[in-house]
Parts: sequence; C-alpha cells; structure tokens
Amino acid sequence: MRVPVAWLRSYCDPGLSAAEIADVLTMSGIKVERLHRAGVGDPSAFVIGRVLDAERHPNADRLSVCRVDDGSGEPRTIVCGAPNVAGGQTVAVARPGAVMPDGTELGEAKLRGVRSSGMILAEDELGIGTDHSGILVLEEDGLPPGTPLAEALAIADELIEVEITPNRPDAMGVYGVARDVHAVTGAPLAEDPTAFDVEPAGADRAEEHAHVEIADTEVCLRFTARVFEDVEVGPSPPWLKQRLMAAGQRPISNVVDITNYVMLTCGQPLHAFDLDEVRGSRIVVRRAREDEAMTTLDGVERRFSSDVALVCDSEGPSGIAGVMGGQVSEVSAKTTRVLMEAATWVGPNIMRTSRALGLRTEASARFEKGLHPELAMAGQRLAARLMVELCGARLVPGTLDAYPRPVAPRRVKLRLGRIGSLLGEPMPEDEVHTVLERLGFEVAPDGSGRLAAVVPPSRDGDVQREADLIEEVARIHGLDRLPATLPARRRAVGRLRPAQRLRRRLEDALRDRGLSEVVAYSFTSPSALDRLRVDPADALAIRNPLSEEGSVMRPLLLPGLLDAARHNAAHGRPGLRLFESAHVYAAAGAGEGGDGSDPVQMAEAAPRGALPARERHHLAGLLTEAAPSTWRAEARVADFYAARGLVEALLAIAGVEWRAEPGARPFLHPGRSATVRGAADGRELGWIGELHPLVAREWEVPAAAAFELDADAIDELEPDRGQDGYRDLTSFPAVVQDIAIVVDEGISAARIEAAVRAGAGDLLRSVRIFDLYRGEQLGAGRKSLALRLEFRAPDRTLTDAEVAARRSEIEAALAEIGGALRA
Amino acid sequence: MAEPAAKRRLEELGAEAEAAVAATGAASELEDVRVRYLGRRSELTAALRSIGDLPAEERGAVGQAANAVRVRLEEMIAERVASLEADELERRLEQDRVDVTLLGDPAFPTGHLHLVSEIRRELEDVFVGLGFTVLEGPEVEYEYYNFTALNHPPSHPARLPQDTFYLSDRVLLRTHTSPMQVRAMEAGGPPIYVVVPGRVYRPDTPDATHVPMFHQLEGLAIDEDITLGDLRGVLLEFARAVFGPSRQVRLRPGYFPFTEPSVEVDVSCFVCDGTGAVGSERCPTCKGEAWIEILGAGMVDPNVLGYVEDSGYDPERVQGFAFGMGIERIAMLKYGVPDLRMLWENDVRLLEQFGA
Ligand SMILES: [Zn+2]
Repeated sequence: MRVPVAWLRSYCDPGLSAAEIADVLTMSGIKVERLHRAGVGDPSAFVIGRVLDAERHPNADRLSVCRVDDGSGEPRTIVCGAPNVAGGQTVAVARPGAVMPDGTELGEAKLRGVRSSGMILAEDELGIGTDHSGILVLEEDGLPPGTPLAEALAIADELIEVEITPNRPDAMGVYGVARDVHAVTGAPLAEDPTAFDVEPAGADRAEEHAHVEIADTEVCLRFTARVFEDVEVGPSPPWLKQRLMAAGQRPISNVVDITNYVMLTCGQPLHAFDLDEVRGSRIVVRRAREDEAMTTLDGVERRFSSDVALVCDSEGPSGIAGVMGGQVSEVSAKTTRVLMEAATWVGPNIMRTSRALGLRTEASARFEKGLHPELAMAGQRLAARLMVELCGARLVPGTLDAYPRPVAPRRVKLRLGRIGSLLGEPMPEDEVHTVLERLGFEVAPDGSGRLAAVVPPSRDGDVQREADLIEEVARIHGLDRLPATLPARRRAVGRLRPAQRLRRRLEDALRDRGLSEVVAYSFTSPSALDRLRVDPADALAIRNPLSEEGSVMRPLLLPGLLDAARHNAAHGRPGLRLFESAHVYAAAGAGEGGDGSDPVQMAEAAPRGALPARERHHLAGLLTEAAPSTWRAEARVADFYAARGLVEALLAIAGVEWRAEPGARPFLHPGRSATVRGAADGRELGWIGELHPLVAREWEVPAAAAFELDADAIDELEPDRGQDGYRDLTSFPAVVQDIAIVVDEGISAARIEAAVRAGAGDLLRSVRIFDLYRGEQLGAGRKSLALRLEFRAPDRTLTDAEVAARRSEIEAALAEIGGALRA
Repeated sequence: MAEPAAKRRLEELGAEAEAAVAATGAASELEDVRVRYLGRRSELTAALRSIGDLPAEERGAVGQAANAVRVRLEEMIAERVASLEADELERRLEQDRVDVTLLGDPAFPTGHLHLVSEIRRELEDVFVGLGFTVLEGPEVEYEYYNFTALNHPPSHPARLPQDTFYLSDRVLLRTHTSPMQVRAMEAGGPPIYVVVPGRVYRPDTPDATHVPMFHQLEGLAIDEDITLGDLRGVLLEFARAVFGPSRQVRLRPGYFPFTEPSVEVDVSCFVCDGTGAVGSERCPTCKGEAWIEILGAGMVDPNVLGYVEDSGYDPERVQGFAFGMGIERIAMLKYGVPDLRMLWENDVRLLEQFGA
C-alpha cells in the first residue's frame, strides 16, 4: 500500500523526516518496503502566475503567446497550446530548469519563432490529476504571483510503500497508519475523520427509495446503504485528486473518487450505484448460481462458481461482492441519484473468489483480511460528508442496514505481570495504559495488577486474548529494546542423536571417497519410474503437482542421481561420482498411519503421532568411474565391485554384518546386481548393481554402477554400535597359509568362504580371497581362487600339526561343494 | 742390521696394493684387487704362510710387517668400498630424479557435501552448542500438524491448493518444518529445546528465488520461563556464529498464526557491516538497508500449546519461543548463490565449490 506522507502528516505529524517515519512504522509492525518521491522535482521552480494577456501566435493558430507575471518583476513570455488560456487567469507556472514528474527538465525553447520561457501547466503535467484538456486555472484566493505553487497544490510528495500483514486490516487506511505513528511517537492524532456524520435533509426515508437484503449470511455480515439525491457528478477538487494520485488511484469522478478516498482513509471499501440503474431499486446479496456471468467494471465478462458472493438487483448480478462492481449500474456523468454501499464481507470467501477469478483489487485486498461490521458505518459517515460537500448531494434520511448478527465490542483482560514474564522485561503500568489508549483501546485498570481493555472494532480480528494485548504493548514499546538473554537451562542437553551422527559419518565416508552430494527433488515423474521398471502406481501421487514432471513422490533415490548424471554427462563432464542422502516415500502399510485405520479418517481428529506415509531415509550413490585417470594410469570404469566396495566401507563403519545375494532390481544388470541383507535376520538393507544397459540408454547416462541403502534400517540394526568394549590383543603368533582351490564357476565366493570356515573351525581368524584365475588347464566352467588363511589361538602358539589337521578338514568341506585344493 | 729382503718385498707389495685399491672405480674391481692381494693365493698370504721358513731372527719383523700390510690393506679396501658405494648410490639417486611438478597419485580426490548440507550441519552444530537437540520428522504430513494444530483457521489461505501440495484431503507435503513443533511436544513434556532441519514444499513455479522444494530449520524452546528476550539472545548467538562476531540482530513485529507476539528477525549486514554502503556504492546484499531479513519467530501461541496440553504444556504454566529459517536463504546470502534453481540442478561445477 502507498502512504502519501503529506496525507499521513495531516493526521499525525511527529516532526520527523519521511525516512524516520518509515523507521517508526517498520519497527512497530508496518513493514516499509520502499520510500520514494512522487510529483515534481525541486518545487521552488514552480510558482503561481497571472496571465497578463494571451494573444494568438503569429505563425500558429492553435498556440497563444502569453505574458505571464510570475512575481519575478519582469513578465515572462510563454507560448501555450491550451485552448482555455486567457488573460486574467491565475495559473501554475513552471520556470525553465523545472523538473517535471516524469523527470524531464524544462528548457527555454523557440516555438514557431517565438521564444517561450517556461510553461503554463495542466494538472496531469503536475502529476496531481489526469485532466489534459486545458491548463489548470486556480481560484484567485489572494495568492499573489510568485507564491510557491506548493503552497496551493501538493505538487511534490513523499510516499511510503508498506506491506500490511493479514492481521492488520486497520492499517489498510492512512488514518490507521497514522494511529501507529501516534502510538509510538506520542505526537497528537487528529480526530477520526469518520467520526462525524452529516445531517440528512428532506422528509423522505431511504427505505422509500431502495431495499437491501442479505439472502446468504455466510458470505455477508452486514450490508449498509445510503441514498443521495441531487448528485452533481463532476471532477473532484484538486486536493482530492492529488491525494488519490499520490496513493496510486486514478481520479475518475467526484462520486467514485469519494468511495476510493474513504477506503484509503479508513480501510472500508465502498461502492456507489447509480440508483436509477438499480433494477427494481432492490439489492439482494446471494451466492452465484453455477456458471452465472456478469461484465465487471473493467469490461471483462466473468463466470462464477457457486461459491462466489454477488450483489444483485432484481434482474441479476450487479457486482462481485467485495471484489469489483458491474457495469450495469455504474455511476456515470448522467447520474443524479446514488445508492452508496458499505458492506462487510466474510474474508475467506472474498479471498477464494479473488484467487479463483485472478482478480485482486484494492477492495478485495481489504475485505480478505476481515473487516469489522462497525467500519461499514464509519465509511458511510465520511462518504456522506464528502457527497454533500463535493457533489452538492442531499442525504436522504435513514440508512438501509441489513445486519443480522450485531457484534458486541470485545473486552480482553490483561495481567500486567504477564507482560514482563513473557517479554523478559517488566513494563510500567502507566506505559501499558498509555500505549493501549493511543491505539484506541478503552482501558480500565482494576487496581490489582490487571486491566480490562475494550478493543476498537478495527482491531477486533487481531486482538482477542491476553497474548494479543501483550503483543500490542510490545510492538509499540519496541521489540528491539528488549534485553538479549539466554534461557535458564534445566535438564535438557543439546546433542545429535546416534542415528544422526551415524548418518553424518556415512555421508562423510562417501565424500572422502570422492563422491559429491547432490540434492534432487523429492518428487519425480511417473515416466521416470516407468523407465526404471518401477510401477508408478505404487508411488504416492500429488493431487496438485506443478507438472507431470513432479507428480509422484519418489520411492527410491536413484532417479535423482540419474537426472544429475544425465545433466552432467550432457554437458561433457564425465567421471561422475555422486551420492544423495534423503527421504523416500511409500504409502503407509497396515499397522502404520496410526492404528492401521484409514489415515485420511484418522486425521479428522488429532493423529497423535501417527505418520501418514512410510518415509525412510536412504543413502544412495552412483558412479561412472571407479578411479579417475592420471598421467600414469588409465581411468577405471565403475563396475559392480566399485559400488560394492563403497557399500562394504559404509556397512563396516556402521558395524553391520551383512551379505550380498545375487539379483536385485529390474533396473539393474541381472548378473551384476545384489540385494544387501543383514546377516543376523536377513532384513533387506538395500541393493548394489550395475545399471541395466537399457535403463542407462533410456536415461541417456553412461554405464554406471550404483547402490542404495536404507539408512534407517541400518540404524535400527545396530542400536548400540561401538559399545562392545575392549577385546584382548593376543600376543600368540598367527600361522598364515595360502591355499588355491578349483571349483565350478557357479560356486560363489561366499559359499567357498563358508565351507572354509566350516572346516577350519574357530582357530581360523580370517580368510581373504586374493586371486581369481580362469584358464584352459582348469577346464571350461571352472575357476581357481587363492585364499589366505590366518589361524591363531588365543592361548597358545599353534603347532604345524594342528594347522595341518585343520587344512584337511577344510579340504573335506570344500569337496562337499565340488572344490579341490590345487597343488 | 740390514732389513731382510722379505720385509722390503712386503713393503713394496703394500705400496703396490694401495695404488691398486686407489685406482679402482667400482666395487667389483675392488673385489679383484682384494683377491689378488689378500686372497688365498696372494703373495701376502703366501708370505705369511712361509714365515716359519725364515731365519728365526727375521721372523718377528717380517711377521709384523706382513700383518701390518694386511691390516692396512683390509682397512683401505673397506674404506674404498664405502666410498664407492656412496658414489654409486649418489649416481643412482641422481638417475632416479623425478619431475616434482607432476601431479601425485590421487589418494582419492575428495568429494563434496552439497552446500545445503554444509549449511544445515553448521546450523545444527551452532544450536547443539546452544543446548538444542536435533530432531527430524516426516515430510508427508497431516493437515492437522501442518495447519490445524498450528492455529491456522480452516479458511487460512495457506491451506489452499495454490499454496500447498496435497496427497489427499488431509495429507499434504509439509509447507514448513513447524509441524514438528507439535509432534515434538506430543512426544515429550517440557522442558524442550529442539531444532528441526528438513525439506519443505510449496507449489511455487520455479524462478530465481522460488523453488517448489527447499529446506528450513525450525527451533522450539519451551520451559517455565522462556521469554522473548531469550529468543533474542539465542538468535543473537546464532547470528554471530553464522555471520560473524560483530553482528547485531533486530526484532520487528511480524505475523504468524502460531506465534504471539510474532517477530521478524533481521541481522546487521555482514557485507557492509551494517552501514548500507560498500565504498560509495549501495551495498548489493542488503540493498542499502543495513539489515537483512533472516527469519521469522515469536512466542509460541497459547492456542498451539492448547493442542498439546495433555502432554504437559499448560499455557498458564509453560511458555516458549519458536523460530524458522530458510537454509537456502542463508546459502544465497552467505555465498552469493544468485539463483535457487541452480541448487537442485546438481551441476558438478557447482557441487565442487562447496563442502570439501
Ligand atoms: Zn549491506
């Protein structure tokens, strides 16, 4: 909202600069976005002048050559193109060098051979109106030539642009803003401009001219209307035009300008009907019928849903309630009878309508914040005064007032002690008193540390409880004056939970092994899941996605990594090593989502800690390169074992015993993928594998290996990791034996190791496969593995005989899986 | 007494051998010399062996002379061996010289944490230091936790599908980390000091300053006597830890449905040191305002406590503050990231700039 500073000062002038006023507002709750100037440059170049005489230009029919007394002694010659210029007029003159509102500087110029020294101004040229039909002719009013123009007209103004929070509809009017300035600075506040009404005239009654009715009380809290007769529609006086212009409203005609002016003053939007065009002289407020249509003031035909509230006459809609009037009963130059509407609409309904129609107006911006019904009559009073004063209108006695449920003033109690205990600094009772009174509250102390405050209607929506009153006191006192203290801590200790520490360790491990972390959108497209051979129907779908691209919640992290890989590969950056650490999502299964009942129904009441979906924290990596190339080594392409090595490292850090089982996911190479399972209970922890070549091709990514682990599952497996305590470092020497065995291709390393361990018994401390060999002399379908075995006893040095005995046991165990020791 | 001829011969032999040792250029030649003069068939060995054949009065002198020659020769050879080996090592080392300016074998080039993770961890650590525990929570959330229990009336515009992603009538993607305030209080009574980092979602069409997914960090402190002054103190510590030791914070009135009083918190600009100007130019970071809006906060609204009253949060007995900040906003401010969309593009050229 634009607040013209001169207008603001007319209600409360704290003797501060505009910048200082802006600071006051920002620090008391009306955030100033911008401070700027409007109107002309240096006002001293603009003066009152008198046209001494005006003669036709010798070389141009449409121009006049005027001699103008501008108070400088010597009359100046000004060539003027306005048709209405004439000798004797009091006019606005810009001297050469003047800077116009659009920023152009006025120079001396020769017009068709006559030197023109200055300019006689029209109101649009001064930025105080829109009229360009002729020069602005001023009332004489005893203003001698040479008087600064600024004394007669507000030709330059400072503007404060403010952002009003939804709880402050009172600040959507200049007077409301002035009240905050008054409350903070204590500078006197002018009487409320809506306080006075005007005496009606005549013996008729408003009820005889028109009828109003609220047919739907869910959209309208109050509908008031007054009737004006003998209205003379015409231009508004300069002061009114200037205030509207400064506030960003275009002057239209006195009647329309009055509605806007009242709104800008006190925040209550009004609407003026040409009463003769109100069909049936009858106004009914109701909701639209589905698909009902109307042409609004902006000339657009609009269709409505049945949620939209309409102001109708006896033949149909004549305005969208609280948003914009219709053309049908618009005030025109011919209007003589006006029905002035001031209504109170239900804020959320106006907001929905405004959003649905994509039509946000000055009126809707105010109504959507929720106005108090009392404000409607305040607006009527100010409007009536101006209608009589500026349009020569007669106010017909009586106000048509449909107000089905009158709202009583609200009283709120405040314990003074609560202020200090909430803010951290006590506040003297008289300051509390003063602040609340300045804000328009009626305050009654009860002498025992409490007071009762009657809330002014304009603040009713925001101030309903003790805490709200404390906020009022605090914001005017100055939140920034509060002390900076630290909580007196009790019991609580700050820390990361073990699961959080573990996750950081795992992320760091990947980072230190050359992987860079990506952050990808949590949502993906069903087609992306299709490309992974994952059924999109199983993923949680967003009802109102921004696009199909982000319409389902991802059930695994891989698509984000693939997107990142594609992006980088497409930009010529090979050798990718990426990871992500984030949630994945699935529908809550039975037993989840609370007690297993339908999560949707559940949440009607308090869900009491239930989770609406199954969310897990995953850790996934993708590599196209196992090791980068250097000047003396080729890059190594990432394969299954590169990914597996990372999983080994991660699970070793987590202290998890695990095993890999062949085959895993449809998007992986069927022969080069594995499911990762916990050794203890076989619980699935994730997968490892090379991307299926078709998947890689469809995603336009290079061949890559990847893994994805369920970090939550890992954490659940090992809740007391690292707490095994000290283990004795035995000093008895180990016996190391290397053996080579030949087995069928189909026998996995895990089975061989299991056989070796079974045969070796508990003297075997470790077994490691250090070579794999295939060759003709082994025969087709056979492979040879070299194993290094370490035997050790905790209590003695092993003898050769003991080890030899174990070796033959191992041989026997291997024979069972078709293996033989190689010589 | 005339010297025996045998002794003279030994001395000649000694001199000859010394010359031969000195003339050697390699350890292998030296071995030849050793065999020639000290070997089993050498003249010296023969001389020592035949001492017994000499007249008795010559035996002592010749024997001593022969031993002296042998000892000296052995010493000389040892010295010569050492010197030759040293020369050879030096030569070999010289040949082994490498170009030290070539890159070393990478142990493994370190990767990077995402900028958002890096900042998130920094914030977590600051608040852990201030006594807060770190919590996380679900991103798919009930409307109840996201809005209702946070004192958003049923008609609140933030509930509209224009501002919130919905999965069903009552289930949505959380629009802020604040629902964890209620979940945390339900899970345990006061006192409570927690921060909650995490992803949040709003259906904003992406542009330089809006993305439909971003990260927040929520804070909540409830105890018997937490004040707005405590909020100010905690946020001052936070601002100084994250933006530099001379920072100030400024509290302005704000509006949030779930806090009362509500405040907007500004931090003095760390680029222009709160002056609004860099040299003679307007400061680009704070746009000349000297303050930067950094987060929203306030005292937890009694209505919110009312929703968890049976977990021990009687609004007449306990009170506290809550705050919420955008992690990306801090990234943009602190590191000058110009466009939020870049953060989720995952271009390695950007990833590699942070989080090493
Ligand atoms: Zn700055």
